[in-house]
Amino acid sequence: MTEKIYGKEEWESALKGLSRSYSLYVPVKEGDIHFFREFKDGVKTAFDFDNTRMSAKEIVYPQTERMFDYNIDAGREDSNVLKESEKDFPPQAIVGIRPCDAHAFVLVKRNFDTPEFQDPWWIKRYESTTLVGLGCNAPSATCFCTSAGGGPYNEQGLDVMLYDLGDRYLAKGLTEKGEAFLSKAEGGSAVTEADLDEAGRLARESEAKITRKVPTDRLKEKKQRELFDAPFWDEVAFGCINCGTCTFLCPTCWCFDIQDEVQGKEGVRMRNWDSCMFPLFTLHGSGHNPRDEKYQRVRQRFMHKLKYYVDKYEDGIQCTGCGRCVRYCPANIDIRRVCELMNNY
Amino acid sequence: MENPYLPYPVRIEDITTETEDRNLKTFKFVFLESGDEEKFSYTPGQFAELSVPGKGEIPIGIASSPTEKGHVSFTVNRVGLVTTHLHNMKEGDVMGIRGPLGNWYPWEQMEGKNVVIIGGGFAFTTLRSSIIYMLDKKNRDRFKDIIVVYGARSPGMLLYKDELTEWEKRDDLKMHITVDGTDDPEWKYNIGFVPAITEQKVTSAEDTIALVCGPPIMIKFTQPVLEKLGFPPERIILSLEMRMKCGIGICGRCNIGDQYVCKDGPVFSLAQLKQMPSEY
Repeated sequence: MTEKIYGKEEWESALKGLSRSYSLYVPVKEGDIHFFREFKDGVKTAFDFDNTRMSAKEIVYPQTERMFDYNIDAGREDSNVLKESEKDFPPQAIVGIRPCDAHAFVLVKRNFDTPEFQDPWWIKRYESTTLVGLGCNAPSATCFCTSAGGGPYNEQGLDVMLYDLGDRYLAKGLTEKGEAFLSKAEGGSAVTEADLDEAGRLARESEAKITRKVPTDRLKEKKQRELFDAPFWDEVAFGCINCGTCTFLCPTCWCFDIQDEVQGKEGVRMRNWDSCMFPLFTLHGSGHNPRDEKYQRVRQRFMHKLKYYVDKYEDGIQCTGCGRCVRYCPANIDIRRVCELMNNY
Repeated sequence: MENPYLPYPVRIEDITTETEDRNLKTFKFVFLESGDEEKFSYTPGQFAELSVPGKGEIPIGIASSPTEKGHVSFTVNRVGLVTTHLHNMKEGDVMGIRGPLGNWYPWEQMEGKNVVIIGGGFAFTTLRSSIIYMLDKKNRDRFKDIIVVYGARSPGMLLYKDELTEWEKRDDLKMHITVDGTDDPEWKYNIGFVPAITEQKVTSAEDTIALVCGPPIMIKFTQPVLEKLGFPPERIILSLEMRMKCGIGICGRCNIGDQYVCKDGPVFSLAQLKQMPSEY
């Protein structure tokens, strides 16, 4: 396992070298907000962030994805026959991804890579992606990863972990993919005992800073129907304006829609992110809608993450505690409180 | 890696208008590529996504039986964008079929038992598939008595009329056709709602499994009839509908609790449904 020390400027130049082998995505500051952007000439990295506004899910699972091409020109031999859209999946790396967002890929993989069906686009892009994590030294007030099977230096899903030691990074290879990445990272020097001690101290102190604990221990033993019929859903959903911000920002929300689009005689079938917050999501052709009411849709989101997924995969909640939905919900709906309500019901 | 979203190309071989309101048509498809028919190997109760390039896909129950070779057929109610477009298509047109999808009626559990089939309106498609399948010479001995109760609003709204009248004459199946009402003086079958006719014609639940498909109101009133007859919820089998996109349990919209109707269903026993959140 490789462990190397990079001065921060040295790391920047190592990234420049790495960008010849990988499409690199790095945190970039736009206005007051951080996003992952492709690392090209003139792009200024901004590693001094708490977290990016959008999770990194769109780099593996784009908001809109071309699936098939076809033509509807009746005169042509291949008219109306769908062909898989041509695309390649070059090696890419997300540098600076937070452990919560890397953990999310582990949870979401269960949906796209099943024993019966494999989603070719998600899997190919995921397999071509190296996740270079940046541990959190200063968790936010909304962070609760330690209640969600993770932690500020949790390695689940990561290929490399970076420890921010102030003026230097300690880079630790965690997987074969991670080792391959570090072998192409020029420069770096040997790690000292003192560096490792410092990294361990940072990880422990950071974890201790997350004081809010969200109880999840009793979710599994509850009956789906009991929680479904619980009296608190109306109250939980009261302020919701069905804007879909929570599902849009959530690193573990994966739902999509499939739509056809035609221009002239050329058509494409696309898939686009969708949201269980929208009534159209479940509207039948007949006009019947099993989730017609707002509280039903809000209930679906929480039940999916905190109960249905728990039952289906038996590996805890489908939430990594990144806190984005808590921070950016315009109605202040707080998943930590809802989880507590469900757990203690 | 096989792409589960890619439909098989098919040609519309035949279109039959089934009902007097012309809202239901049966489409018979043949596969364009050799070998695709074998790959599309299905069991009665399953469905498929009909794929109309430029419009989209719709999940529809398979109305043909695997014992009917050379084609696959679907009866489609015209309700929305894709179905309306499909209704305007012509024989010879090319489109796609993706599947077979979902689970099927519990054939292993039904083997050696009596089978009661209760259908209403246009939800008779996978039940037709099941009847053809059971009546096939190779399969008929695997089941004991078969009783079918099928009803629609009026005689003109019944699906597969030629087959219904043919089944009515057979002695290896008891066919009870009914309509809610009719002003046709020549009507020689039953008049009455499906639950009431079921109560008259089905006399025992012993060693019997019931497959029930129909509009929600029919299911609601048939359920107590079956329970009164002594059917335990494990032996009342229903098929659900839901808005779907991927059809393979990935896109996330058709769940009831932790079950996806597209992949874990569409067939559920009443016993299973009683455990699940009532959100369908």
